[in-house]
Amino acid sequence: MVDLSINFAGIKAPNPFWLASAPPTNSGYQIMKAFEAGWGGAVWKTLGIPVVNVSSRYGSVNYRDTRMMGFNNIELITDRPLADNLREIEEVKKYFPNHAVIASLMVETRKEWIQIIKDVENAGVDGIELNFGCPHGMCERGMGSAVGQEPEVLKTIVEWAKDAAKVPVITKLTPNISHITDPGLAAYQGGTDAISLINTIKSIVGIDLDTYAPYPIVDGKGTNGGYCGPAVKPIAMNMLKDLAQHPEISKIPLSGIGGIETWRDVVEFILLGATSIQVCTAVMHYGFGIVREMDAGLRAFMDTKGYHTIYDFAGLALPNVTEWKHLDLKYKVIAAINPDKCIGCDLCYIACDDGAHQAIARSIDLKNRIPSIIEENCVGCNLCSLVCPVENCITMLRKDDGTAHVTWAERTNADDIPTSFNDNRAGGIGHFVPKPTDALKS
Amino acid sequence: MAEYNRPTSEAEFQNNFKQKKPLMNPTEAFYESARCLFCYDAPCIKACPTHIDIPLFIKQIQTKNTEGAAQTIFNANWLGNTCGLVCPTGVLCEGACVFNHQNIMPIQIGRLQNFATHKVIDSGKEIFKVGKPNNKKMAIIGAGPAGIACACELRSLGYQVCIFEAKNKASGLAVHGIAPYKISNEEVLNEISYLQNQLGFEIRYNTPINSKEQLQDLEKNYDAIFLGLGLGKTGALEIEGENKKGVIGAVEFIEELRSKHHHLKVPNKVVVLGGGNTAMDAASEAAKMGAKKIVLAYRNSKEKMKAYKFEYDFAISAGVDSLFNLVPIGIVGKGKVEGVKFAKTELIEGKLQTKNNDVFVVQCDLVIKATGQAKQGAFYQLIDHLKCDNQSRLLINKETFQTSNPKYFAGGDAVNGGAEVVNAAYDGKMAALGMHQWLTK
Repeated sequence: MVDLSINFAGIKAPNPFWLASAPPTNSGYQIMKAFEAGWGGAVWKTLGIPVVNVSSRYGSVNYRDTRMMGFNNIELITDRPLADNLREIEEVKKYFPNHAVIASLMVETRKEWIQIIKDVENAGVDGIELNFGCPHGMCERGMGSAVGQEPEVLKTIVEWAKDAAKVPVITKLTPNISHITDPGLAAYQGGTDAISLINTIKSIVGIDLDTYAPYPIVDGKGTNGGYCGPAVKPIAMNMLKDLAQHPEISKIPLSGIGGIETWRDVVEFILLGATSIQVCTAVMHYGFGIVREMDAGLRAFMDTKGYHTIYDFAGLALPNVTEWKHLDLKYKVIAAINPDKCIGCDLCYIACDDGAHQAIARSIDLKNRIPSIIEENCVGCNLCSLVCPVENCITMLRKDDGTAHVTWAERTNADDIPTSFNDNRAGGIGHFVPKPTDALKS
Repeated sequence: MAEYNRPTSEAEFQNNFKQKKPLMNPTEAFYESARCLFCYDAPCIKACPTHIDIPLFIKQIQTKNTEGAAQTIFNANWLGNTCGLVCPTGVLCEGACVFNHQNIMPIQIGRLQNFATHKVIDSGKEIFKVGKPNNKKMAIIGAGPAGIACACELRSLGYQVCIFEAKNKASGLAVHGIAPYKISNEEVLNEISYLQNQLGFEIRYNTPINSKEQLQDLEKNYDAIFLGLGLGKTGALEIEGENKKGVIGAVEFIEELRSKHHHLKVPNKVVVLGGGNTAMDAASEAAKMGAKKIVLAYRNSKEKMKAYKFEYDFAISAGVDSLFNLVPIGIVGKGKVEGVKFAKTELIEGKLQTKNNDVFVVQCDLVIKATGQAKQGAFYQLIDHLKCDNQSRLLINKETFQTSNPKYFAGGDAVNGGAEVVNAAYDGKMAALGMHQWLTK
């Protein structure tokens, strides 16, 4: 029997599906509605000294007919008085005592941190999240990502918060930094109980081609926003992995954020070490009801795999994420096209010929357009299988027998790597490359 | 049994003759264009007689460069708007769409094409350039699709162009011969006006060319002449009673329908003779005009019909009945038509034989003969050294479209014996290039 409940650094929730601190958690109304819909926790829209927002706040990146593949915002923290928020937190906790309500906080001085932590604890929050991530507006005022980008400052504020807080403290990190482990370690050393990541990425999502202003446009001008949505998921997962594989940081729980929309996303984040996940854009796009699919999918996955709780599989992908130098150079795959499925679009042909290794030949049979793989040219790059629009038409088949195994690290140790510009140990030696003039049409 | 009510007003007519390919709205075009895979060396391009770069124009629609999309279409086909609507896309571009191989609905190329061209035509924005004047003059006989396409191409090459048209409207069969549910008169004529406004070719209406003197004048005053005069009236069946009131040719019927709309009176019982696309159109149209009993009669078997299957299916869905393997041997009735006398036919040793002992009458008030248009053989005899094949189709050089009389070029139905608008549009354009090559070599 699947049990989705979690205990995240002492914060209990009926399931790992949390709402990230963002517009969907702006009010008690929204959070109650979300809990009704099936969400297990919510990180309240960041509280602090209320701001004044602009009109025209969100922009998006659409890919063909897919709306909001990427999404950005220039909205700041809450613009509602603290007292209103506190009252609503209390009310939500009264109705949903077993759901996780976490207050995201962002203030400047130690005095303010101590005060606001006391206030939200009195309102009944189960935990607090320090917002060191917001990359627009607030950072200009020395808060948000301005803190997240200075590990020393971040550590100090985590220490203040830990001193003041009775409930668990989560530190939310900005991805706008070279090495996520730097602020991650600082948070850990500051004593944080958990880390959540990623906050949004500094972005310009588009320029209006008539006014030349960036979206979202505020009276002819714009500013960088914070980028999120499905497009940022790969960046988030890589940063999650960096923390989850870190010998010290990995001792504390990690809450995964960034482009999560489906049960598959949820499972992937858990496999990379997250033990709660936070969602914003998917809810802003589809509403709270999107959690139904995540819940059903996660349960079915766990059922099929025989997992009881998410802790049974949390982090299981981590041993398989290694450095390039440890990959097996003897492993060899080759593309195979299923002629019964092929529709003859020839996208694989042109992708390979123009974008990869000239390893696909067009059909010489006038009756069909089914291309064929030139096995001796195929380097097993996967490109054809990625561009193929038909389900399971191009597959990558293993061609080596698995007996040989050598890595770049091993070859380096054995002094068996190319070291000069024309080294005959170059991997491409002997590989077919057409003559340059073959490119010219006769 | 057809179930259309007889249209008594323009609104009712339009309701019965709803467009088969209605104009896409921008959202529809956006989502439909997003589906295109941008195939390499795309099969749709190859399947288009004018080789429009379809993946390119669809991508241009997707990126909201609709004018660019229209330009791409017109670059290959001067009648891109008309063709988007009237082409049998199911057997051309859309039939070649790779999605068909996975039972996915093919991209609606025709409607996307029409979306782009309609928009630019509606805006009136000028996107074509007349070529630098070269002081040479070209004559074109017939303002049908072939003639119009030829004129446009010649103007863009810098020639002066005059089209001689027997009727009072341009477009030839594109207006007169196509079912109203495929395209409206305005849609065809707007495209031609759009082209004419920018490219400035002259059309002399009500100016049939039918004498040797006229042709000699043209030869004297023009550097080359394009024959785009299509086919003639519906040919005679040469059966008894054919001249009775109530016997009409399909082309003439469709022409009347297109000009009169709901004012045309179609009686309750109609027999349509023939098995081609025009027969299917005429039968469907009779149904939509409120005829209750329409019988489509074809002399050979269903499999032998020349009509596209989708056209036949469309007629059947409109309530048309079909009979096969029977040939009309006489029209019966006192003064006016009361029925068609048929004899059964049978295929014996590959030859269709009439069984004169197996005869019966199908009652009707109107007979529509969709048995083919007459060729222009008599006219061609007015031109010296002009060679035709044994079916009176003009013989041309397939690359230059030049006839056996070097001053004359030809294309469209006059050459192919009756095909699609798109074939005529392609011929006209190619013939213009052939004329240009001949005059500049």
